[in-house]
Amino acid sequence: MLNDLKQYLREDKLKHILCSGCGHGTIMNALVHAIEKCQLDRDNTVIVSGIGCSSRIPGYLNFNTLHTTHGRALAFATGIKLADPQLKVIVITGDGDGSAIGGNHLIHACRRNIDITTIVFNNNIYGMTNGQYSPMTPVGSYASTAPYGNIDRSFDLCKLATGSGATFVARGTAYHVTMLTDLIVKGIANDGFSVVEAMSHCPTYYGRKNKLKSPVIMMEMLKKSALPLTAFEKLPAEKTEGKYAIGVLHHEPAPEYTKEYDRVIEIAQKGAN
Amino acid sequence: MSRKKAVITINYDWCKRCGICAAFCPTKVYDTDNSGKPIIKNLDACVVCRMCEKRCPDLAINVEEVK
Ligand SMILES: Cc1ncc(C[n+]2csc(CCOP(=O)(O)OP(=O)(O)O)c2C)c(N)n1
Ligand code: SF4
Ligand code: SF4
Ligand code: SF4
Repeated sequence: MLNDLKQYLREDKLKHILCSGCGHGTIMNALVHAIEKCQLDRDNTVIVSGIGCSSRIPGYLNFNTLHTTHGRALAFATGIKLADPQLKVIVITGDGDGSAIGGNHLIHACRRNIDITTIVFNNNIYGMTNGQYSPMTPVGSYASTAPYGNIDRSFDLCKLATGSGATFVARGTAYHVTMLTDLIVKGIANDGFSVVEAMSHCPTYYGRKNKLKSPVIMMEMLKKSALPLTAFEKLPAEKTEGKYAIGVLHHEPAPEYTKEYDRVIEIAQKGAN
Repeated sequence: MSRKKAVITINYDWCKRCGICAAFCPTKVYDTDNSGKPIIKNLDACVVCRMCEKRCPDLAINVEEVK
């Protein structure tokens, strides 16, 4: 099966630079499966990223790819989509890239409902720069910049995206790969701004700092912590600690930005009133 | 009902010995050697669920069903 997907990979650039057992690799694997399911045309698909271990991934994908500056993938992606709205645009970002330095771009892309699918590889830490805490590091976790435990409350990225106006919001994990592929497929199909938060793991920094000794143990954490939305909603409040919902969390269609923009162009071309 | 038969290929040049394939295979097809390298020990037990292929972070596993 994997052999059928090789057309989507830049095999000459592999193996990749990610550490052994890095959850980002598994999410990349799920993304390639989703691309295959959507039968995306290589010439009409653009994959854009910022900076981070996760943001290195477009370099291995055989599409039009753009590795931009830290936090700014969505700004570049918005420009690409507006310049040629028939393109399929996918953004790959990390929890640091997408919710810290790029957080403002994220909320405004959600608000505009521009047809871009954003996959946030959430490993709860800045992997590339040696494990500083991010806005998505849980309270009480350890990071190189939180040696006594993190006291900053973390974002619920899916609620943030929903509140900001994204029309499709889902969460999956690197353990539940079949579901993750399906969520990415649905995100790509949504005509508007889609956010898929993919729970990942960084064995090298988050794992080491938090006594999660192997990629297998971190995968087991994902398995234990994630519950399908319906099961999560049935949990009494005192049992939700350390758990989160997975699945489609929000889907509410709204006018898509480039189509609205085309309308403006049409009105303007008829002449000002 | 006859069992499914599989051919599994591991690209050892890409594999980084993370142990995920062996740990989560439902039928314990894999063993690992001292270096963490996955070894196909019990191919007959494979049910072609493809979870090893899909979870491998290094895209190192190819599972084919033989009909
Ligand atoms: C303007 C700017 N500030 C800071 C950095 C340093 N930097 C590189 S990657 C990164 C964080 C990446 O974290 P995340 O997005 O969570 O990705 P991960 O590596 O965990 O996949 C930072 C702070 C940078 N490259 N550019
Ligand atoms: S540092 Fe962490 S996020 Fe980066 S490649 Fe290694 S395990 Fe993955
Ligand atoms: S999951 Fe992939 S990288 Fe990890 S040990 Fe198995 S084949 Fe190697
Ligand atoms: S396809 Fe399924 S049963 Fe076969 S080796 Fe992989 S995980 Fe095990």
